[in-house]
Parts: sequence; C-alpha cells; structure tokens
Amino acid sequence: MKCILTAIFAIVAGISLQSASAQEQESAKPKTTLEAVKARGALSCGVTQGLPGFSAPDDKGNWTGLDVDICRAIAAVVFNDPTKVKFVPLSAKDRFIALQSGEIDVLSRDTSWTLSRDTSLGANFTGVTYYDGQGFLIRKSLKVNSALELNSASVCVQTGTTNEQNLADYFKSNKMKYEVIAFSTADETIKAYESGRCDVFTSDISQLYAQRLKLLNPADHAVLPEVISKEPHATMVRHGDDQWFDLVKWTLFAMINAEELGITKKNVDEMARSENPELKRIFGTDGNFGEQLGVTKDWVSRIIKAVGNYGESFDRNVGAGSPLGIARGLNKLWNQGGIMYAPPIR
Amino acid sequence: MATGFRKPPLQFSLRLRRALGGQAGWGGLALQVLFVAILAWIGYEIVANAKGNLEAQNTASGLGFMSNTAGFEVSQTLIPYSQTDSYTRVFLVGLVNTLVVAAVGIFFATMIGFMVALGRLSPNWLISRISGGYVELVRNLPLLFQILFWYLAVLRMLPNPKQSVSVLDGIFLSNRGLAIPKPIGQEGSIAFAVAIAVAIIGGMVLRSHSRRSLFRTGRALIVWPYALGLLIALPAASMAVFGTPFTFEMPILKGFNFSGGARLIPEFVALAITLSTYTAAFIAEIVRAGILSVHKGQMEAGAALGLSRGSTLRLIVVPQAMRVILPPLTNQYLNLTKNSSLAVAIGYPELFSVFAGTTLSQTGQAIEILSITMGVYLLISLVTSGIMSIYSRRVARSVGA
Repeated sequence: MKCILTAIFAIVAGISLQSASAQEQESAKPKTTLEAVKARGALSCGVTQGLPGFSAPDDKGNWTGLDVDICRAIAAVVFNDPTKVKFVPLSAKDRFIALQSGEIDVLSRDTSWTLSRDTSLGANFTGVTYYDGQGFLIRKSLKVNSALELNSASVCVQTGTTNEQNLADYFKSNKMKYEVIAFSTADETIKAYESGRCDVFTSDISQLYAQRLKLLNPADHAVLPEVISKEPHATMVRHGDDQWFDLVKWTLFAMINAEELGITKKNVDEMARSENPELKRIFGTDGNFGEQLGVTKDWVSRIIKAVGNYGESFDRNVGAGSPLGIARGLNKLWNQGGIMYAPPIR
Repeated sequence: MATGFRKPPLQFSLRLRRALGGQAGWGGLALQVLFVAILAWIGYEIVANAKGNLEAQNTASGLGFMSNTAGFEVSQTLIPYSQTDSYTRVFLVGLVNTLVVAAVGIFFATMIGFMVALGRLSPNWLISRISGGYVELVRNLPLLFQILFWYLAVLRMLPNPKQSVSVLDGIFLSNRGLAIPKPIGQEGSIAFAVAIAVAIIGGMVLRSHSRRSLFRTGRALIVWPYALGLLIALPAASMAVFGTPFTFEMPILKGFNFSGGARLIPEFVALAITLSTYTAAFIAEIVRAGILSVHKGQMEAGAALGLSRGSTLRLIVVPQAMRVILPPLTNQYLNLTKNSSLAVAIGYPELFSVFAGTTLSQTGQAIEILSITMGVYLLISLVTSGIMSIYSRRVARSVGA
C-alpha cells in the first residue's frame, strides 16, 4: 500500500509541476522572434552544407557568401555585430523542417520561391536575393551543344530540390527519354557525375558554376545554353511573426536601395551626413523608419558597414570579384537592365 | 503422506489477481493501470501539441497529398510508373525497391555468412585465416563508408557505355550498370511455365519417395537422373507443342545509353553487395558461435559412425546449432533491411529516398510522411521476425527440445 501512495504522490507532484511550467510557457508565449534572437545573443541562420559563393566556410572556418551576407546583415541590424550569427548547415530536404521546428530563425539557403512552398510549409518568402534558372553541366568531350540533344541521357540531380520536377517536365514536353539518379547532397551528386555515372548534372545555373570548381578539370565541363526554369532564390521565415517577416524583408530591400542610391561600404559615413531627403530617411536622421521595424534608427548604416550594398555583396561573392565570375544578368538593378527592384524606404 | 498433499486449484478471483497484478497482487494491478494511463496521457500530449503547432503555423496536414501528381522520375521501377502517377504510386515503387534489395541482401548475406563461418572453423589453416580476416575487416568499417567505396571506387573502374565490356554482343557492362537481354513472353510462355512447375513438383515427389524407402528398407533409391530428365523433357515437350516460350530483346547502345533489354543499375549492385558482405560478417560470427555451442562429442560421434566432416556438420551439428543461431540471425536480417535506407547516399531509389526524401521535400508534410515510413519499416521488421519465429519453432520441434 505504501508504494502505491508514493507513486500517487509522485504523479500528483509531477502534474502540478507540469501545470506550473505550462503557466510559465503561457506568459512567455507572446515572445517574438526578435526578442528570442536578442535573448539568445545570436541569430540562428539556416545555410547550405557548402556552396561556394552562396554559403560556404572559408579556410579559417568563417562562413562567406551571398546568402550568408543576408544573415550577417540581419545580425548587424539586431546586434550591430555581423558576427553574432550561428550558421546551421542544412541539406536540401532538411531545410524546411529546421525552419518549422524553430531551430533556425531565418532560412537563407538558395531556396526557390514556389507557390506550394509558400502555402504548405508554414513559412513565408521575404524577398528574392538572386534570380536563377535551372541548367545542365556536361562534359565538353561529348560534343553536345544544346539540351535538346540529351535524349536517352543519364542525369544526376540532387533530391529535395525543385530541379527534379523541372527536369521531368522539360524532358516530357520535349518528348525525350532520360534516366534520373537522385542523390541526397550536392557533393554526392557531383561525385557521381565526375565518376561518369551520368552524362549530365542538372541544377540551378549558379550552383553549376559553383560545383564545377570542385571538379578535377573545371575547363573540361561546360554549361549548356538552355535555361529550363525560373528559380527565384528567396529568404524564408516562419509564419506567425509579422514583425520578424518585415525586418528580414526590409534588410534585403535596404541593401538593394543602397546600391541604387550609391551608398557603399566606403562612403557610408559620408553619405549619412548628406542633406538629400531620401538619404536622410534611409539613415534615420529624418523619420523613424528603423523604430517602425522594431530596431534602431541607424539600421541601414549598420547593414552597409557590415556587408556593403547588394551589388558589393554580389561582386565579392559570386560576381566578377570571385572565383565563380557569374555575370550579373537578371540580377542587375532595374534601372540598369536587370529586374532587381526594391520598394522605397519612406 | 509420501506424496505430500496437492494444493487446491486457485480460485477465479485469485487467478485473475495473479495474472493482472503478478506477485504484488491488487496493488500491482493499480500501478499497472496508472502506468498505462500516464503513457496514454504523454502520447495524447505529444499528438495534441504537434497538431496545435501545425495549425498555428498554417501548415498543410492530412493524407490528401497522397493522391497528388508526383511529377518526378525514378530510375528503377519494378512496377509500372511514370511521372504523372500519384505519390501513392511513388510510395509503392520505393517500397518494392526496398523489399527487393533487402531480399537479395538477406539471401546472399546468409550464403556468404555460412560459408565464412564454416571456413573459420575449417582445419585448413589458410582458409580459416582468410575467413577470420574477412570478418575482422568488414565488420569493423562503417557501413556508409563501405557503400560509398563499392559505389564510387567500382564505378570509376568501369568504362563508359561506348567502350563497355560486352559478352556475345548481348550482355554489356559499363558504368551505367549491367545491360542484359530481356525475355519477352510469347504464346507458349504459360505452357512452358506450367511444364517447369510440374517438373519441379515431380522431382519433389520422387525425393520424398526415396526418403521413405530409405527409412523403410534402409536403401536409398537413386532418383536424381529421373528428376533431371523430367526437368529437361517436360519444358522441351512444351516448346515442341506450343512453340517458343519467349524471345529476347537485346540491349542496343542508342545515344547516351542502352535502350531495350533489362538493366541492373550500379546503385542496386553496390547496395546489394555492401549489405550482403557487411551483414555476412556478423552472420558468420553468429553461425560460428552456434556451431561451437554444440558439444564436441557430437562431432566425434559422427566421426565414429564413419560420416565425413561435411555430413556430420550438415546432418548432426548444424540442425542443433540452428536453435542458438536463429534469434540473433533474425536481428541481422532486420538490421539489413533497415540499413538499406542508407542507399539515399548513392541514389538507389528505395522507400527512404523517394518517399521520405523527394516526396517529403516536395510536399513538406514531414509528420505524415515520416510516420508512414516508420510504420512501414516497423511492419517489414515485424513480418520478418514473425516468419523467423515460426521457422525457429519448427527447428526446435524437429530437434526435439
């Protein structure tokens, strides 16, 4: 009898403890993502497992890349310190689970914006960081000049991407047969391609250029001219926190607007003293736009000091100033022939 | 009072109390009820919490996605599949691929495992050392590493399709796999299959007849020439009467790949080799332990009867060892099936890769898909261990233990 009593006592104690912690949770529930990030002292940011130019650790272990710069810019806005970011490397198929479960605050991992992802994942896209499209990488020795000559080819693709469906659609609509071999990580995919298991490697074109650098003789491989899909790479946040959604969205917009207005890492202090009304609004000397976002007035200069404007980040990571050497193309500003466009800060 | 006096049978309530509460009586029963209640409550909390979170995030849920169009291709489909089929079909394709590689793996792992075990116990110094070395090497290297080794190292050594190694212009080996002629059924194929089945049944009848005569008269009838005759004559007769049962479709190099014929993809071969050699190392040790658990007097008794070493092992030692071998052997079969999910690293389209991989990332419905996948692996494992426990009961009965 004694043991029953002890057991019951223990359970009652457990239940009351549980309800106490539930109450605690209740009071802590309205805590926003911004508050959680501040309390943690670091932004938790989901990135790739290593894609040169977009998110990859350098030889000293520092993460660099275009997608990484978005995370650093957000950290700069929140902490005034771009190093306060915890990078979480994720495979293509794990990325959404990490965001849904709250393991990361932001997903900045060359993720294509599609309707089904926007509606069914419990997350929102904040803005396009890079306009890309899917293409094919092939050995020059096969003497193929167009993707339309790929009938009966074996194609290596990374699973968990939009690429698998695009590939199926493209071959079907052009009445071509193919064999697909799908791998779980980009590294395995490129290794299988290198070993000759496939004739072609398909992925977003930016990724093809980045992965080509990993091959033994990059010059032996060429990217075919066809672009078979639209792949707008965008940053993602969880549903349910509109303030955080706005903050992440406007961090990118600030970088694009800064390029448009000619604000660079070098001249940012000088520009901040300008009497130009548009610049005054951006730098917070006029109006309270930063405070409306829930951060400080100098949020834009924090971003630019940390990572530079969009154009600077692009050139440094994937453009002319990087080993990838990808042309700006679609990613030029709207007034320079591209489609990169940000709503105004006003 | 030499026999002592017998206890009266327990009364119903007492018996119930024993069954439900064990030694502790009603108190034990109360504890058990409480324990179940706590487990149920924890389970309920988990489900309710997950459901609440999904609703709060506005995430899609339910199994409606299973009838949506998949829209991607799979490299090995043993049941008809095209990209316009539904996710349910993808699930079945993946399941079949998992079952096939597991069945092939289990078959070869058992074969290799028994051979290596017997080799290790062999009096031949060289054979026993080689077998021992095999076990130590294979079981001490990580499985994923071995899969990648067989896949990437072997693939790299094979030529591209244009320079493939060919046998009689019908079989081609290249880094796209092994292309072989595919039999295509003709009119006579059903009669041919029936003829083979009849021949096999006839052979089994002959064998049981010879065993019965061995037990009755002590003389074994030699029946194998008749059985062989049946196996050749019946199908030949069917071919003569009904025409050729099938023709072969030859693989032909067209464009980048072989078209026509059947093809064994390298991913399947690499996975089957790795799973069978890796599991075989463990099975070898289990079999060796089982054989050593049989008293060595049995071996000596066999030798005293004039039986050869092979016959002694086959007829006397292994049947007794099976009782010890079977339970851990079942574990290895289950491990092999579950390890097949590592195929995701080399692109073999099994259940985990196409369903918990591609389908998951296309639909984003992690909870549903992962629960289904876990349920299926659980079911496969339970069925396997069910079959093994039926077999082990039969073994126990035939040994008379």
